[in-house]
Amino acid sequence: MSEELIFHFQVDGDDFTSAGQASIQIKKNLRRLGLDPETIRRVSIAMYEGEINMVIHAGGGEADVKVCESYIEIILKDNGPGIKNIEQAMQEGFSTAPDQIRSLGFGAGMGLPNMKRYTDDMKIESELGKGTIVTMRVNI
Amino acid sequence: MTVYELSQNSQFNVLTLPEPEREINGAYVGDLLSWVMGRAQADNVWITIMSNINVIAVASLSDVSCVLLAEDVTLDNDVLATAKEKGINILSTSLAIFEAAVKISGMI
Repeated sequence: MSEELIFHFQVDGDDFTSAGQASIQIKKNLRRLGLDPETIRRVSIAMYEGEINMVIHAGGGEADVKVCESYIEIILKDNGPGIKNIEQAMQEGFSTAPDQIRSLGFGAGMGLPNMKRYTDDMKIESELGKGTIVTMRVNI
Repeated sequence: MTVYELSQNSQFNVLTLPEPEREINGAYVGDLLSWVMGRAQADNVWITIMSNINVIAVASLSDVSCVLLAEDVTLDNDVLATAKEKGINILSTSLAIFEAAVKISGMI
């Protein structure tokens, strides 16, 4: 892989049941590139958690995945309400998800911590009322 | 043990088995999907009572070898169809979660 590959996805904010389509597509694409299964698992779980967050909190957004020679970068952008307190949001168990989301098995306050857990680097830029950009890197 | 071998036990019923030869290396029990994604290992059997469509995405992304629905939990047809399409093995059992886990522990 001498050139970087970029995959772009629109994440639909209305349909919670179809959330995950971008991550599953990425998983397939990375498999085709012959990457190590654990790397693929880390990238696709981190991306799925991000997708779910965008659907629950921000009405959808955009996802870009860049495959470079030594790392994979995932950039998730939304125009949602922003994160009030990032440090608090990063704590396991902290959640602002509504009850109907919890009844589906999400909203346990594990999304952002899982994204951090499965990536080598994660950066959150968020502005209240404007939106959030999450950039994650997984080293290959 | 493969998922096919597990499915041959009379306590476990096949709901869909698109990838019967997947190996099982252990089990993980949980219903909170993000928790499962954070802790389950690839090739685990995931024992749960959750059966909504997001279970299929979580199973696929976590790379578990099989979902086992315990306590007679059933699956909607559209969820089943998605599982088949995505290559996710799903078994069910009338055993309680703890009993199912103990049973599998004795088999692997």
